[in-house]
Amino acid sequence: MSQIEYFAPGDLGEALDILSRGGVRPVAGGTDFYPGLSAGGPRESLLDLTRIDGLRGIARQDGGWRIGAATRWSDVVRADLPPAFDGLRAAAREVGSVQIQNAGTVAGNLVNGSPAADGVPPLLALGAEVEIASAEGRRVVPLERFIMGVRQVDLAPGEMVVALHLPEPPEGARGAFSKLGSRAYLVISIVMVGVVIARDGAGRIDHARVAVGACSPVARRLPALEAALVGTVGDVAVTAAHLEPLSPIDDVRGSGAYRLEAVAELIGRVVRQANGESCDG
Amino acid sequence: MDKRVDAETMFRLNGRDVRLAPRVGERLSEALRERLGARDVKVGCNAGDCGACTVLVDGAPVCACLMPAQQAAGAEVETLAGLVAREPLAADLARRFEGQGAAQCGICTPGMMVSAVALLREAPRPSEGEVMDALGGVLCRCTGYRKIIDAVMGRAPGAVVDADGHMGAAIEKLDGRVKVTGAERFGDDVATADALVIKVIRSPHAHARFVLGDLDGFATREGVEAVLTASDVPGVNLFGTIPGFVDQPVFAEGVARFRGEAVAAVVGTAEVMAQFDPARFPVEWEVLPDVQGMAEAMADGAPQLHVARAGNVMCGGFVAHGDVGAALERAHVVAEGEFETGFVEHAYIEPEAGFAQVVEGRVEVHACTQAPVMDLDTLEQVLGMERARIRVVPTATGGGFGSKLDVSVQPFLAIAALKTGRPVRITYERTESMQSTTKRHPSRMNVRIGADAEGRISGLRFDGIFNTGAYASWGPTVANRVPVHASGPYAVADYRAEAKGIHTHCPPSGAFRGFGVPQAAVAQESLFDELADRLGIDRLEFRIRNALANGVPTVCGQVFAQGVGIRACLEALRPAWQAERAKAAQVNAGDGPVRRGVGVAAGWYGCGNTSLPNPSTIKAGVRADGRIVLHQGAADIGQGANTVIAQIFATALGVPVSRLDLVGGDTDVTPDAGKTSASRQTFVSGNAARLAGEALRAQILQRVNAGEDAVIVPGEGGVEVREGARAERIELATLETDAEGYVMRVAESYDPPTKPLDANGQGEPYAQFGYAAHLCVLEVDTKLGTVKPVKFVAAHDVGHAVNPLLIEGQVEGGIAQGMGMALMEEYLPGRTENLHDYLIPTVGDMPPVETLIIEEPDAHGPYGAKGLGEHVLIPTAPSVLNAIRDATGVQMRRLPVTPGRLKAAMGEAGHA
Repeated sequence: MSQIEYFAPGDLGEALDILSRGGVRPVAGGTDFYPGLSAGGPRESLLDLTRIDGLRGIARQDGGWRIGAATRWSDVVRADLPPAFDGLRAAAREVGSVQIQNAGTVAGNLVNGSPAADGVPPLLALGAEVEIASAEGRRVVPLERFIMGVRQVDLAPGEMVVALHLPEPPEGARGAFSKLGSRAYLVISIVMVGVVIARDGAGRIDHARVAVGACSPVARRLPALEAALVGTVGDVAVTAAHLEPLSPIDDVRGSGAYRLEAVAELIGRVVRQANGESCDG
Repeated sequence: MDKRVDAETMFRLNGRDVRLAPRVGERLSEALRERLGARDVKVGCNAGDCGACTVLVDGAPVCACLMPAQQAAGAEVETLAGLVAREPLAADLARRFEGQGAAQCGICTPGMMVSAVALLREAPRPSEGEVMDALGGVLCRCTGYRKIIDAVMGRAPGAVVDADGHMGAAIEKLDGRVKVTGAERFGDDVATADALVIKVIRSPHAHARFVLGDLDGFATREGVEAVLTASDVPGVNLFGTIPGFVDQPVFAEGVARFRGEAVAAVVGTAEVMAQFDPARFPVEWEVLPDVQGMAEAMADGAPQLHVARAGNVMCGGFVAHGDVGAALERAHVVAEGEFETGFVEHAYIEPEAGFAQVVEGRVEVHACTQAPVMDLDTLEQVLGMERARIRVVPTATGGGFGSKLDVSVQPFLAIAALKTGRPVRITYERTESMQSTTKRHPSRMNVRIGADAEGRISGLRFDGIFNTGAYASWGPTVANRVPVHASGPYAVADYRAEAKGIHTHCPPSGAFRGFGVPQAAVAQESLFDELADRLGIDRLEFRIRNALANGVPTVCGQVFAQGVGIRACLEALRPAWQAERAKAAQVNAGDGPVRRGVGVAAGWYGCGNTSLPNPSTIKAGVRADGRIVLHQGAADIGQGANTVIAQIFATALGVPVSRLDLVGGDTDVTPDAGKTSASRQTFVSGNAARLAGEALRAQILQRVNAGEDAVIVPGEGGVEVREGARAERIELATLETDAEGYVMRVAESYDPPTKPLDANGQGEPYAQFGYAAHLCVLEVDTKLGTVKPVKFVAAHDVGHAVNPLLIEGQVEGGIAQGMGMALMEEYLPGRTENLHDYLIPTVGDMPPVETLIIEEPDAHGPYGAKGLGEHVLIPTAPSVLNAIRDATGVQMRRLPVTPGRLKAAMGEAGHA
């Protein structure tokens, strides 16, 4: 076995050089890396991403917002963000526990490729794009294309996520998020819903984004429902046709049939919440 | 140029600079514990699921098990021991934890307190919601969290300051200090630095034949010191707990019967074992057909687990009284149903761990345990070694709840130490612990209960089968206990109950708080609500009407002239029952999707072994310097035996409890106080402590010819005895010192009086029962099927409360476990083998608990005291189910009631 090493570069260029040579595994918060580590420890060198300049933090940029790949979920919780990000912030509070939020990163939640990643539905609802870099250059792909399947993401060898880019949400837009699980904290979702809603002067919805997690291999937006919501005050009954993109499975957390039933209910509540109504009914 | 962290990592640990050279991939938790000696950092899961390893890195709580050690470079790392020593806020929090009894076993305490310190630095007076958010990532299996919340919020302490600390005083735990400073030493905390590390090779299949390959070649290639297999077991390659049912091999021989069964072990230096991958171990598997469910196991042609147990039936238990057939026939109403429960995992936060060494030809095993002398019994057989050459030294035990009654790591440790001649250690990984140690028995129970028109029980028939897994463990106890208890604490004249243990290729089911009785209570108490409703009788009054009473025979024909406290428990719930029902009606008058329900259920539990000898011995001595030493061998696994037994002893001796020095269950110096199981320690060991205290008191008084009422005042180098105006001092230095260093010494035993059960289960199985009744208030979101408990009120007849604070702790912790069993916990071999797929309640799931202590003294109990530990979770799950039925009209017959299952059942019942 060749000697493995621990790299902790301070500069993205160096990190990409190391990555380009292969045989290294990037690690940031460690919250997915360690639980997945097999007995006997890592077989590859580790590339610690947490010391790279500019990789952590949330900033306003031209036409929207940038979230650095190594931004911790607790950074999201504390960030000063407009109400359209309320769903993302609520999801951040639901990522594991405080301990996990203080370590786990936004990009880590994406590249892990879990169907139940808490961050994905609100980021889909915010129209996130993923900026990917390698020693050869950079590219940007929409989040819905970046996550390709269970544990599959659009990253070639030598590439890593460096940031998420979020377009400026419409004026007055509000976000909301809800996660259904079998206990209060540290729970993997049965289903979850993230929405971003904006309304016109007359109170009618003119922008609707609804995304659902844990009901398909990759979290999905529901375009038919989004279209149906536009022009209404939010009082749209969720139909089977709206949920057509979903394909929930039966597992220990719940049956597929239950997930569909629960998600329809949850969508109604989260839309009402984003609409500023009470969310208990 | 590559920028690499130097092989050296430097950071500040609790205010001092440290440098170390971690391996690539080494977790911060390992570096802190093993390189820097910070064993106050506890490791419960290595996956971020339990939070026990929480430390502050630059002030932020993180799981040290998820952080590469190198990532701490340049950071300020703080652990519990450092915080308590250096920061007044943390020292104050430690006092508050003690004052609330917020640390029971103490294994989660470092994670809890470190997380709380981070919160309190930002919010000195946090709300309950803020406390829950801050502690949501730390699991506790003992306390039910409420006392932890109280401690963090700075609520008035539950403990009293009491100079004597005798019976009835709610004093702080005597061993509580080390648990809040990080100084407590658990199974993984006692190994020497040079100890070799043991890793067990386990079957990945539920049933498989296997052949081991070239072990010598393997050992050479890997550079390990030893490989252990069945052929290395010097004595009998079997362990178990019940005579006649000792059937589990230390290492399987040729065939593995459950996923996770040990087939070999590898012993090597810590460095070598850190890189060891069990996948490289030379073993070839031939997968065989397996049976997971009981129906499959009982079917014709099913693979048989044990030759002598036809049909995979391990054994059965049976109790019959009166004529159940006739009684059901003449009943006015009959309720019946089939109920099912699943495997429940103990989920203590401390995985099994220990250390062993050979000292002057004797082997010493230090491990977490509930039963040090039973461990010794097993080792004597497995090692084929003279008993005098084996020493078992229990470490602090980070939760047990029944599973640490069985040996786990002990045989591996002893065999490895003897074979290598070097110190050895082992700690189970969380998954390994869950795969290989015992579980609560899954059950399938068919129950029919009749009642007459006046609401008196007319016949109860119970037929239950219990999945006992691949080996017997405590399965026979479950089979025997269930028929004795399946009536609940009621007068049932006509009764027939049968329970059978069924073998499957699942992990062994064993002891778990209640030994099958919680499962049986689910069926019986659910059907009681149905009977009451059909008769139009209030559900609580129905129970009161049928409550067992003094002078009324139990289903075993046992008649207690005194001490039957169930009626008092049920009546104590009446005010809350009426108030909560009225409040629920108000809530439900609205038309939202949330419906509130109130449920009630009762339970009873016989303390000690069922119709078997069950002695405890307590030894005490006075040293020449005047210290009084109590050899307290009852394993304290967090429940408080160290405190309770000492309080009883101090009461009997007549000295303040603070005058006692405690010595634990080291088998070299402390006699057998029996196992910590069957809610027997307060009762049985408590009686032995009372007798020992009385005997020592008599010896002291006799020396100065003082009467019964004289006062003993221990002091430096002497004991003063005051009687009226007379005061006599015994100069201890003038007395002869015995081989153990005592100038006076006593040892007394107590064995509860029981009588054997006949073929119909008639007899006197227990000298005492304890009684309990719970009320649960909860809310069901009918659209989602989610259940949110709002409140519990728990009435417990404890005979005579030794320490009310610890009683509350037992009640709250038992309720948390019962609630978990009702709502979320189900162990599925191969699927929920970790603490993120297997869910136990978090701090946010646990509602307030009001504990009502009922004292119906027991003639046999020490000063009237009764056992409590297991009684608590018997009524909890049925009270939850009955509250769900109250809220929704749906009787759930399968546990756990997950949101999906409840929603589906409501759908079937027409509540879409």
